[in-house]
Amino acid sequence: MTPLSLGGVEFSSRLFLGTGKFNSNTVMRQALEASGTEMVTVAMKRVEPGDSEDDLLVHVQSPNIRLLPNTSGVRDAEEAVFAAQLSREAFGTSWLKLEIHPDPRYLLPDSVETLRATEQLVKLGFTVLPYCQADPTLCKHLEEAGAAAVMPLGAPIGTNLGLRTRDFLQIIIEQAGVPVVVDAGIGAPSHAAEAMEMGAAACLVNTAVAVAGDPVEMARAFREAVIAGRRAFEAGLPAAASATLEAEASSPLTAFLS
Amino acid sequence: MKILINQKEMATDAAHLAALAEELGLPATGVAAAVAGKMVPRTAWADTPLYEGCPVTIIRAACGG
Amino acid sequence: MFSEYLQTLDWAEVTRQIYAKTDADVRRALSKPRCDVEDFMALISPAAAPYLETMARLSRRYTEERFGRVVSMFIPLYLTNSCTNSCVYCGFHVANKMKRTILTEEEMVGEYRAIKQLAPFENLLLVTGENPAKAGVPYIARALDLAKPYFSNLKIEVMPLSAEEYAELRRHGMNGVICFQETYCRENYNLYHPRGMKANFEWRVNAFDRMGQAGVHSIGMGVLIGLEREWRTDITMMAHHLRYLQKHYWRTRYSVNFPRMRPSENGGFRPNCVMTDRELAQVTFAMRIFDHDVDISYSTREPADLRDHMATLGVTTMSAESKTEPGGYHAYPQALEQFHVSDDRTATEVARALRAMGREPVWKDWDAVFDRPQICN
Repeated sequence: MTPLSLGGVEFSSRLFLGTGKFNSNTVMRQALEASGTEMVTVAMKRVEPGDSEDDLLVHVQSPNIRLLPNTSGVRDAEEAVFAAQLSREAFGTSWLKLEIHPDPRYLLPDSVETLRATEQLVKLGFTVLPYCQADPTLCKHLEEAGAAAVMPLGAPIGTNLGLRTRDFLQIIIEQAGVPVVVDAGIGAPSHAAEAMEMGAAACLVNTAVAVAGDPVEMARAFREAVIAGRRAFEAGLPAAASATLEAEASSPLTAFLS
Repeated sequence: MKILINQKEMATDAAHLAALAEELGLPATGVAAAVAGKMVPRTAWADTPLYEGCPVTIIRAACGG
Repeated sequence: MFSEYLQTLDWAEVTRQIYAKTDADVRRALSKPRCDVEDFMALISPAAAPYLETMARLSRRYTEERFGRVVSMFIPLYLTNSCTNSCVYCGFHVANKMKRTILTEEEMVGEYRAIKQLAPFENLLLVTGENPAKAGVPYIARALDLAKPYFSNLKIEVMPLSAEEYAELRRHGMNGVICFQETYCRENYNLYHPRGMKANFEWRVNAFDRMGQAGVHSIGMGVLIGLEREWRTDITMMAHHLRYLQKHYWRTRYSVNFPRMRPSENGGFRPNCVMTDRELAQVTFAMRIFDHDVDISYSTREPADLRDHMATLGVTTMSAESKTEPGGYHAYPQALEQFHVSDDRTATEVARALRAMGREPVWKDWDAVFDRPQICN
């Protein structure tokens, strides 16, 4: 299995994990370990006076794990740039999962603001991984704006519906000059394997692991699914039985060649 | 004086951002602050005075996908 | 630039891989909705020969899905046969003792008018040899200016230019550029192109990047079949080039050609290989299965019957009634041609034959008005 090269860094694991929705930091930590992930997303929150919450970073930090702070909560490009600057200061990394969703219901990414923010953040020296619609043209624009990867959604965030955008993901993967990370909607290891078989560079999973019956076992399952899918892609999937392959006897189209 | 921390009013005697951080018991890493919408690097906290009604944003790591 | 990408591809190794393709590789390629270059290699390999009929069926299906049952018609006009290059296979070779013509402005207009008498051509391809001193960018720009009142879509097939020059010609209404790399075999390129500006392989192979940078709307590519014995390898390199360009210059349309050298032409140059009609058909189908959207163009080099059938199976663009000598339509109907035309039917006859095959010839599918908003890019 070839390593993933993204933003000038090599990753041997092609599974990125989110840290949301786990019922305890201990379970989260065990799940991260079991998944073999080398990059995890973290969010930012406003500190409340008198806040004495456990420090999340203690449970995430590991020499093998790179932090990918997200901009969750911002509603436009201007807020995203502000959040990015705070994030760089707080986490000491210029890597950023850019997510802008003004709509609080489905958390769908705002394409216009995402492109605008990517342009600005790249100029400010950030390594930008935008979460975006499965829109092939938008992905080319993001790539041209300097995004280090594109992260199109498979289905609305948190829905576990799988690759509902499959046909568009296929086009994005075919056209992209940067790694394509399928983000959002992956609800089962089979979905992740499917994305990897299609040629996705990596998958970002959160809800499916965090709310599973046993998050640690599920993290392991995703690890194996992503590896299996990637191996299958690199090996070249065999042909499925197909009517188009069977020759047609009557009035052949190529008779004029004989 | 009263300042606004993350849009909530709070009374403080802290003269500058570094003193406020101490008062709030902020950890040594993993936080960032902005005053009036402008990010202030931690190294400049001691040189960033607070004033009456001053809007301060302080963030820290949280769980998220 | 593509020259750097090309360095990562080893000619001998690619050749070996093509011949190592198996029946399973071909079946896999045929069953995929989207093929990569590896699949393309399988489809043009000898292993795919037994699947010609299946490939034809797929190729027709994809073509009809994307293009409908139409063929876009164009006509080339040679502005000059004056050329400073010494391509060993070309009739316009600098050392050939022949009368050199550079059409005057008056003659150009005479040709444009004569073409409009043949058929309602709106797609014009202006062709020159390489003589920048006498027929350089200002000359081509003038030819474009004069052609504009007569044609709605202007393309050029001239020497490789700088990005600034392509941009300059766009301002004169140039919508597309065709440039044949001839061969991607770096090692042998200079055997065929020993002297003159064309001897610079990198300048030519990177011309496509410069076209893309200049925002040229349509780019045409081709390898000359007859130069490299391993034409499959050459065409594979072109497929890599096509994918590379599509990724970098994704707003541009692409077309491909597979011009076959004939044994009898070209002032004594003996082609190093001959591609059969079946092989040409296989490559054409493979290209369509590989890329559902690319324009595939057949010129009048190809015989009438083959062109008519292939127009229903994957070919989407055709020239007709072409003269390959400057002034051939009006001023100098007898001058020496660059290559021999095999399909010498009139445009009207070609159109009639296409209709009989269930294909509608389309004369106009672009308008100069679409070019204007892009000028400020």
